[in-house]
Amino acid sequence: MKWFTALRRRPIAGYAVVVIALALVGVAYSTLSSGGDPAEAAAAKDASQQDIAKGKEIFDQTCATCHGLNGEGTKTGPSLIGVGAAAVDFQVSTGRMPAMNPGAQMPRKKPVIQGEQVNQLAAYVASLGGGPAVPSSDQSDPKSGNVQLGSQLFMANCAQCHNFAGSGGALTEGKYAPSLKESSPTQIYEAMLTGPQSMPVFNDSTLKPEQKRAIIAYVTQTRSEVNPGGNGLGRIGPVSEGLVGWLAGIGLLVLAAMWITARQREQ
Amino acid sequence: MTDDNEKNTGGAEPNGTGNGSGNGHGGRRPRRVIGTPAPAESHRLLSQEREHEEEPDIERAGIHPRPEKSARRAEKIVALFFTLAFLAGIAFIVAYWVLGVHSPEKTRISNIGLGATLTIALLAIACGAVVWVRRIMPEYEVVQERHPLNSTPEEKKAFAKYFYSNADDSGFTKRPLLRRTMMLAMAPLGLLPIVLLRDTGPMPKNKLRHTVWKTGTRLVIDGTNAPIKASEFDSPGGIITVIPEGYEDNLDELAKATVLLIKMRPEELELPADKQNWTVDGIIAYSKICTHVGCPAALYEQQTHHILCPCHQSTFDARKAAKVIFGPAGHPLPMLPITTDAEGYLVAQSDFHEPVGPSFWERGSVKS
Amino acid sequence: MSTGTTGNKALNGVGNYIDDRFHVAEGLKRNLKKVFPDHWSFMLGEIALYSFIILLLTGVFLTLFFNPSMQDVVYHGAYSKLNGMKMSQAYESTLKISFDVRGGLLIRQIHHWAAVIMFASMLVHMLRVFFTGAFRKPREINWVIGVVMLTLVMVEGLFGYSLPDDLLSGMGLRIFEGVLLSIPVVGTYLQMFLFGGEFPGHDIIPRLYSLHILLIPGILLALVGAHFMILWHQKHTQWPGKGRTDQNVIGGPMYPAFMAKTGAYFFFTFGVIGLLSTFAQINPIWLYGPFTPTSISAGSQPDFYMGFLEGVLRIFPAWEFTIAGHYTVTLSVLIPALLILGAIFTVLGVYPFVEAWITGDKQEHHVLDRPRNNATRTAFGAFGITVYGLFWLCGSNDILAEKLDISLYSTTWFFRVAIFVLPVLMFIAVRRICLGLQRRDREMLAHGYESGIIKRLPSGEFIEVHKPVSEEIRAHVEGKKVIPALPGGESDANGVPAPGSKGPLGKLRRRLNRAYVENDISLSGIESHGDGHGGHEELESHGERERELTRD
Repeated sequence: MKWFTALRRRPIAGYAVVVIALALVGVAYSTLSSGGDPAEAAAAKDASQQDIAKGKEIFDQTCATCHGLNGEGTKTGPSLIGVGAAAVDFQVSTGRMPAMNPGAQMPRKKPVIQGEQVNQLAAYVASLGGGPAVPSSDQSDPKSGNVQLGSQLFMANCAQCHNFAGSGGALTEGKYAPSLKESSPTQIYEAMLTGPQSMPVFNDSTLKPEQKRAIIAYVTQTRSEVNPGGNGLGRIGPVSEGLVGWLAGIGLLVLAAMWITARQREQ
Repeated sequence: MTDDNEKNTGGAEPNGTGNGSGNGHGGRRPRRVIGTPAPAESHRLLSQEREHEEEPDIERAGIHPRPEKSARRAEKIVALFFTLAFLAGIAFIVAYWVLGVHSPEKTRISNIGLGATLTIALLAIACGAVVWVRRIMPEYEVVQERHPLNSTPEEKKAFAKYFYSNADDSGFTKRPLLRRTMMLAMAPLGLLPIVLLRDTGPMPKNKLRHTVWKTGTRLVIDGTNAPIKASEFDSPGGIITVIPEGYEDNLDELAKATVLLIKMRPEELELPADKQNWTVDGIIAYSKICTHVGCPAALYEQQTHHILCPCHQSTFDARKAAKVIFGPAGHPLPMLPITTDAEGYLVAQSDFHEPVGPSFWERGSVKS
Repeated sequence: MSTGTTGNKALNGVGNYIDDRFHVAEGLKRNLKKVFPDHWSFMLGEIALYSFIILLLTGVFLTLFFNPSMQDVVYHGAYSKLNGMKMSQAYESTLKISFDVRGGLLIRQIHHWAAVIMFASMLVHMLRVFFTGAFRKPREINWVIGVVMLTLVMVEGLFGYSLPDDLLSGMGLRIFEGVLLSIPVVGTYLQMFLFGGEFPGHDIIPRLYSLHILLIPGILLALVGAHFMILWHQKHTQWPGKGRTDQNVIGGPMYPAFMAKTGAYFFFTFGVIGLLSTFAQINPIWLYGPFTPTSISAGSQPDFYMGFLEGVLRIFPAWEFTIAGHYTVTLSVLIPALLILGAIFTVLGVYPFVEAWITGDKQEHHVLDRPRNNATRTAFGAFGITVYGLFWLCGSNDILAEKLDISLYSTTWFFRVAIFVLPVLMFIAVRRICLGLQRRDREMLAHGYESGIIKRLPSGEFIEVHKPVSEEIRAHVEGKKVIPALPGGESDANGVPAPGSKGPLGKLRRRLNRAYVENDISLSGIESHGDGHGGHEELESHGERERELTRD
């Protein structure tokens, strides 16, 4: 062990320990912290009476307290009459509903109701008053979207809230336009179609399905494309760049200056 | 420049320059070197406990060479850094040749390859140089005298005398006609550059007061250029960005003419009397150009009916003719009066009834 | 080294050749011997200088490929997502540099990161000069040159990142246009002349290009040269310390030590900028898309050095009125964009002269002030930093609101209140902290420092042994210069006011001088008498001094 003890006495030993410790903490954190799995919205299917009945059961248990026994709405939840299966599919598959705490806005979280149950719930709510249906996977398939058109449409109608790369942005009074990192193509379609919470509505006659596909293509391509210049710094623009420039850039240079001019230990 | 005066401690120290320039240079004052504190104490400025292996007679005042052993070790470290820099430099050239671009993925690899090799080369040179200075070059604590920056009263007097007497000689001071006409001659030349700038742009005239919207101009969707039927734009809470038909590529006109089309339920609107018939079934059109400093005021909160500009947070109430409810915008977004044409497509009734965009001096007040 | 080098033939030959024509031997030796004091805080200005050089080098590279034209083209290139889209040639050529030129993206990023680092380092350098009083006579003109350079660099950066004509920077130009329009009487004319017509027009990018690559760098080069020549002639300032006076400079010679250190620092600056450019993406214009006035992104901010202007525009309430129904005055744009901007740079520029007026100090100063030793100046600096910093933070209030989950309007209101409250609080707090630090210095000079050695007295009491401070530290601390008070009282025995005290301005000057100088603590002539005892016995005999130490 003598060589190790000798190593420990070197002046560089302190720095090495700090670096190793930081690396260990970083690796541990990234392995332990769980990223959420984006929940895929269930494909639309023809609703059967059985589905609607099952859906009503789920509704009565989970939703009626806030949305009323017949979806007519209460003080704590808006009416669901006419929102359509698409709205239900969106809200439930992103985990926003059932809402845990009433707040300025319902955040995306781990979905509680999944799989078949989502379809059943959607079928039931659709039976209450119609509304937009869940888009088929063909309808929302980004592979058939014209990404250049999508870029133009996104910039004109979406970027002002969601930011140029879909990183999200602030609205008023604690509301926000969320990041689009985890949204599936169907969820993006449904959000445009139903206008959840503060988001405006883009119905299929204003933005036709192929135009919605174009926007979805833009979103999915942009979020998966590489950052050729290095780390994307959150893709929020000059604010994070300035932060990094000051902390890393000026920080490192000040440390370098301190090293160059440091008073030396006597030999 | 009088910044080189150095004094000797007197006797015990050789000349600081180390090459015996003493009284050399043909009649000039001898150069002397100072070392502080006074010769009675140690001639070093640093703490008394220092010990050196080198012989004191080689040492020049304020210059303390490093022990040879540690200098040799340091030399190896510096050499290592410089060699690393050399290798990194070669690696850069290789990376340039080998790594192609022409796609984002390849560009990323090229950027990392070129950037990393460049960074390593630069930082290695830096580190090598620093170790060289700190461990091989001597430790310096040299003193240099300052001299007062101002000239002596005699020098100042001499200059003043010379300056004024020669001014008198030139006639400038004694001949006012000469002086004044000289200034007169220069004056227009000074103004020339400003005059020449006139043609950098047109006169504003009425340009800012009008847009290209006219009676019957169709509203088309920005990006698809498709016209909109009122019956199709029927989901309450819907918005879309629209532009005048035919001007899709004209950025200068779009910078004034872009419109935010919003669909509300008719009963939600609270418009003044003169604007009641500017809408179609709850569909209302506002200028998208914020009246603060011109960013697109584009965020729309469906539930509060607020239009929010992302630049400086000016907020407009879409129900109440875009009344300003927060933020620095000075007046509401102008509304575009719309109606439908024979086929049901949304068209403008006329141009805006007031200038769009940021306020300007000649804008004046508008009866809203 | 026992054997010295006497030179080699080639080098001597060159030297003789040059000297025969330019008479350099004496002058060169004098300049190579110039002494530079050694402290890390003196190197901050070098970051700015070296970033500037890096900007010039990378900038030339970029000019070989960039096309400053607003002519529309249809894109077909390496970034397939934008294929078929209409964009200006400026934007297209920037895409080409990023994706079709080897090293192009790297050089672009180095250029942009260097701009960020340059301004940041200029700020830090300016703060160092401010807090140490290095702007005092004879360096006032150099300070003013520095402030002018700061303004020019800010504008240069704004023009530079606007050149690619992308959505984000284009919105910055739109805001610039809006600000121009708000100027009374001449606003619309200025806007038309600068843009060659209505916004966006076809002239702004090529015009900004010529300002960015020719006019402003030219002026900057001249100013940097002047800044340097003044520094060289007057020599660098130094911290107070052993043997250091206003009549000397102590440090290392230019050749070889300082040259090597500053050369190393150039490579450090370049290396750190290179590090950032390799691993941190900056200004990804392909993600922003080409400029169109119909669209905008959430979280649109300018580069950080324009951030405070963005904040001032956000913080303002809606103040607009019309004169006689015909003329509109938009104070919500005019006051922040012109008045506040103008005020900040004016205060910066005139500060040395104002401080000299207040203190009546006409001496040359070559020894720096430790920031704590001039409590009022340091507190004023903290005041200024707080004002600037609050405006800067407010410029990103929407990002703060989103990331930190705060209501957007609350952030605006917070800044509206804080801008008046916080700077004053900071002034008061920092002033008291400085005075407290000075008292602590006094205590240290008198009673030494805690050595970590615990001693047990015969009585059984444990005390910590204090050691007297070293000569160097004593010299450094005692180097404090008392801030000059204006001579004489308000007026002499016959009621004649003292020079400089006449009238309201004179009275103001006296008042300010008093505020500046009051509570000033003397750090000279304090003998060390802390030597191994806890100091309790001392307390009685030095009761007066104790009271002095705690007086407010």
